[in-house]
Amino acid sequence: MARLTTTLLMATALVATAACSKKRPDVLPPAPGGAPEAPPAPATDPNGGITPGSAADFKRSAQSDTVLFGLDMYDIDGTARGILDSQAAWLTRYPNVRITVEGHADERGTREYNLALGDRRANAAKNYLVARGIAPTRITTISYGKERPVALGSDEESWAQNRRAVTVVVG
Amino acid sequence: MRLRLCGTSALGFGSVTSSSTVTSPGVVPEGSTPADAGVQLGDVSQRPRGPSHLDPGVRRGGTEHGLSARVTTRSAVTALLASAAALLATPAAAQLVPPAGTPAAPAPVQQPGAPVGQTPPPLEVDVTGGISAPMPIAIPPMPTQSVVQTPAGPTDRLGRQLSEIVANDLRNSGLFNPLAAAATRAIAFPEVTAPAYDYWGGSGAQALVQGYIRANGDGTLTVGCYLYDVSARTELTRQGFVVPPSDWRRAAHKCADMVYTRLTGEGAYFDSRVVYVSETGPKANRIKRLAIMDQDGANSRFLTAGSSIVLTPRFAPNQQSIVYMSYVGRTPAIYVYELGSGRQRLVVQNVATTFAPRFSPDGRYILFSMAQAGNTDLYRVPAAGGTPQRLTNSPGIDTGGSYSPDGSRIVFESDRSGGQQIYVMNADGSNQQRISFGGGRYATPVWSPRGDLIAFTKIQGAFRIGIMSPNGSGEKLLTNSWQDEGPSWSPNGRVLMFFRQGRGNAGKADLWSVDLTGVNERRVPTPLDGSDPAWGPLRP
Repeated sequence: MARLTTTLLMATALVATAACSKKRPDVLPPAPGGAPEAPPAPATDPNGGITPGSAADFKRSAQSDTVLFGLDMYDIDGTARGILDSQAAWLTRYPNVRITVEGHADERGTREYNLALGDRRANAAKNYLVARGIAPTRITTISYGKERPVALGSDEESWAQNRRAVTVVVG
Repeated sequence: MRLRLCGTSALGFGSVTSSSTVTSPGVVPEGSTPADAGVQLGDVSQRPRGPSHLDPGVRRGGTEHGLSARVTTRSAVTALLASAAALLATPAAAQLVPPAGTPAAPAPVQQPGAPVGQTPPPLEVDVTGGISAPMPIAIPPMPTQSVVQTPAGPTDRLGRQLSEIVANDLRNSGLFNPLAAAATRAIAFPEVTAPAYDYWGGSGAQALVQGYIRANGDGTLTVGCYLYDVSARTELTRQGFVVPPSDWRRAAHKCADMVYTRLTGEGAYFDSRVVYVSETGPKANRIKRLAIMDQDGANSRFLTAGSSIVLTPRFAPNQQSIVYMSYVGRTPAIYVYELGSGRQRLVVQNVATTFAPRFSPDGRYILFSMAQAGNTDLYRVPAAGGTPQRLTNSPGIDTGGSYSPDGSRIVFESDRSGGQQIYVMNADGSNQQRISFGGGRYATPVWSPRGDLIAFTKIQGAFRIGIMSPNGSGEKLLTNSWQDEGPSWSPNGRVLMFFRQGRGNAGKADLWSVDLTGVNERRVPTPLDGSDPAWGPLRP
């Protein structure tokens, strides 16, 4: 499910990017001489229209922008470490980029407690990135508690996806 | 046919603060009685008060009884402590002690028509057993002597609506069973003070609420409210209310409060408001707006536009402002919303996430939680702003604080032991003691305005609303649904409002209420979905 979320998020990001590029006056013309049957996938363009160091670049480059947690937990497990390592590597490459880490909780905690729990999770991810050499001044945190779920079911799969810390590039 | 001041009645409103709002029902003008009807308003001296068989603590005679409606929370603690103790005890434990120092409260006068030799027992509602046998009560439409168009509608229609609101309030308390409209009949204006006891006796009603409405020359409305004991054929109490047309519903709530307090001995609560979060939109991106409404769900209106998430509003004790949490500017922080001006101000300059705000009972401080680097503690700050003072210092999440009604103590939740549990401490943060020890987790503790109970959310898979005493004993769960969260006390400490979240993608949040018996559970109607209800004090 975590993979699916990532894919969905990536897809969302791509759609968002596409939407942005549409606003530009000169949309990229179809590749000359290319077969007209399919629109160019982003992979065919080395940059895919994505600016290096941008939010879209981050989403493409890091394993994921999201790490997940156990119920009422905020420890960074092995999977989360791998994801955060890839985020740290990208952040090291673009030292002027600042990020916000958003902490979230599933719906099985009370509202105010979940605000505190989301803060814990955001800070757990932040502390890991700092330990990987990212300056703490580049990282802000915010907790949304259970206010902004990504998965809408009331089941284990959905709850697992909602217990998360999401790294967002802010510029 | 003299008119008495009803603003100074024992159940009086307008006696709390003289500087109260223009909406205060105030005082019946001298000499405005319809002489032909012989109506007397607010005649306190005629109010007999039979002994309560339930509770020595609130059993007071004469005018003193009315304390329950106007006491500040501070005196309510002592006055009503015994009351809830009796509530939670078995009915058998209730004693029948004559009230000490009861001033010659006249016993209900037996009327000639009543059977000789059989003094009917005083008309009382048993608040413990009331659920199984709610008192049958007749509330016919309130007549008007002359139909006048007012900004609130014609007075004859208002008279019908007033009686419906009174019936609704009393029915929702779970302690009364108002006769269906078909079982009542219209009454004529002079009948208001001369009830047809024979007719109402045949209807099965034990109590009778009659009233009238009149449009005054100055644009205000007068509503008279009379309570009769049908079998004893006596008037029990009466009050008059003068309101601007915009506040016409309040007159009905005041009337219902008069009936409720007189027959149950409990404090009033119908004339009160609730702030809550109005919800709409998809689950992943709910639009949340601050909203305010009457206790019965009427007059709901939005206070914020919904462009940013708002959470956990609470009334200031003087009801002039609301403290709440907002994500405006994508920085979660505590704001105070002034109801008069609509202005909002930041309480604590942002150094970290601040949330879970509550006013102290004297309104001077705001208790709140601050999350810093993953650790959350309780703080307080002067309500006008200033430097926060830290109250807890433990590793873990300390949040959900709530003051005792006298302001001397704070109940809060902490996961310092590994999971959320309830703790009590002095208002300065000293003497922190855990009081909850049952299985599962305990959250959102709220101190009753009577001081005798703490309501909470219990998490054991499902969320349920429960109560316990401030020392942790006597735990009782009142609801049993999938996710009930965030109880808030009615002004009299007998009813809790909370929100119930539905499951899954389509699951919505609604406002519900339940009383201390746990039996009388009902949904509170809101125009959209609702969460985070906070019940305000009785209106002045």
